[in-house]
Amino acid sequence: MNLTSARNAVLGLLAEIAPEADLTGVPDDADLRVAIDLDSLDFLTLVERLAEKTGVDVPENDYPEVRSLSGLAGYVADHSETTDDGDGL
Amino acid sequence: MPSLGADMNEGTLLEWLVKPGDAVRRGDIIAVIDTVKAAIDVEAFEDGEVEQLLVDPGTTVDVGTALALIRSGSGSATVETTKAPGEEVEGVDAPAEPPAAAESGAPPDAAASPIVRHLAHEHGIDLATVVGTGPDGTVTRHDIEVATTSPVVTRLGKPTDAAVGGRVAASPLARRRAADLGIDLAMVAGTGPRGAVTVSDVEMAAARDTERPAPSTAPAGLAPPQTKHGEPATRTTQHQDAERAALRRETLQAATGALMARSKREIPHYYLESTIDLSAATAWLIDHNSDRSSADRVLPAAVLLLATARTIRAVPGFNGFFTDSGFEPQDHVHLGVALSLRGGGLIVASVQDADAMSVDEFMATLKDVAARARTGRLRSSEMTVPTVTVTNLGDQGADLVHGVIYPPQVAIVGFGRIISRPWAVDGMLTVRPLVVASLAGDHRVSDGHRGSLFLATLDAALQRPEEL
Repeated sequence: MNLTSARNAVLGLLAEIAPEADLTGVPDDADLRVAIDLDSLDFLTLVERLAEKTGVDVPENDYPEVRSLSGLAGYVADHSETTDDGDGL
Repeated sequence: MPSLGADMNEGTLLEWLVKPGDAVRRGDIIAVIDTVKAAIDVEAFEDGEVEQLLVDPGTTVDVGTALALIRSGSGSATVETTKAPGEEVEGVDAPAEPPAAAESGAPPDAAASPIVRHLAHEHGIDLATVVGTGPDGTVTRHDIEVATTSPVVTRLGKPTDAAVGGRVAASPLARRRAADLGIDLAMVAGTGPRGAVTVSDVEMAAARDTERPAPSTAPAGLAPPQTKHGEPATRTTQHQDAERAALRRETLQAATGALMARSKREIPHYYLESTIDLSAATAWLIDHNSDRSSADRVLPAAVLLLATARTIRAVPGFNGFFTDSGFEPQDHVHLGVALSLRGGGLIVASVQDADAMSVDEFMATLKDVAARARTGRLRSSEMTVPTVTVTNLGDQGADLVHGVIYPPQVAIVGFGRIISRPWAVDGMLTVRPLVVASLAGDHRVSDGHRGSLFLATLDAALQRPEEL
């Protein structure tokens, strides 16, 4: 999965989890918990659904790397086994 | 219409999921209702067969109003004891009705013991509609059981906003909705009680204005209300859902505010706090989660909440309801979890029998209930009044929260965020993950001494997370 499709996957899931949030205004490097008010349950849901969708299950130890949009998309792109970008969203 | 919270007075039937002749079992979801808090799936109280649906979709009715007749397996005799809502509404108007009761809209108080009152409350039954067979017409436990096993029951509906002096009859929610949508209420045909304009009448009027076709892919639970003539409402779009969500948040804030005002008026709160070292709990969690996929991980919040449920069970004086007849302690801990909604507002979801759960069971239930509370789809049993509530600010929250007790409960436990701070251990300064736990208790039931015991017991439980 390349960076663009990883990013789209993350954005798609954020829109499901926080439908009220305006994702267009979120800076790439902002902590999502602050930027769109994700609590620990929301964040766990994000990681869970991302694992279902991309096969990349972020371990708790790596949470500090994936708190932002760019961090999470980059992590998924780096750790996904296939280069097939699937259907993106 | 079941009571789904101390602050709920009425609800709108959105949709029937059953029809007359259908067999239902206790726990089956039979209808969806809309409250100020959320759309709620209503479960059947009992096994039986649906005999008659009494309330049309889109109609707002008071808590206690019969929604449907369900013929129980044991026979039909019980069905005959119920009145149709129309008859009951007439009862309100009868000249024999005491004026005070008619004015306030409150049903006359039926004689019943506290236990019977509580039982009735649990089943969403208004005592005023139950025929008492005890001494002097007192309502007995058996009467309640008869009422629950028979039809879903009954209360005199207070006249809902009947037209007064030329004013169009409409519920407050319908008025706001009409204002939001720019609809003139006078131009809307009401389908509610006595021709009152309901929210769905307003929405259908707005939909006719825009003449947009209904999407065929609308999820079943969000299907648009049908009119009596079977004409589908035409606008159930994401836009409408978003509007409804916004309106709900607004009314939710008002409902929460009213309940909290009552709490501060009536309940003599006392407040205690203790800082608890979470290094044992944190280490245990890291170990517990280390080889698990994200789907099976447990959050620190779940450990805090479960430890609270266990401690509430262990230390008497905090689990139950304070009513006119005093404190009614409860055996099981139905843990209310205060969840904040993005965009504002609070909703309390109830985890039933939380004290009896393992940590993994509790985590799974919490995730499920929280997700559905936030998307507005809870089952009616999950809206049962919790016996005690916890508010947990989470990892972005403030250091400390002093909760406001949800009446008729008698305590609320609060957790601030978990944060690493200096901490003295065995005379040495070290850094530990700490949380400030608070207790707000009801001075009519407990005191600072007992409250301190509660917090000390909670601390001890969190030092032995493996025993949870």
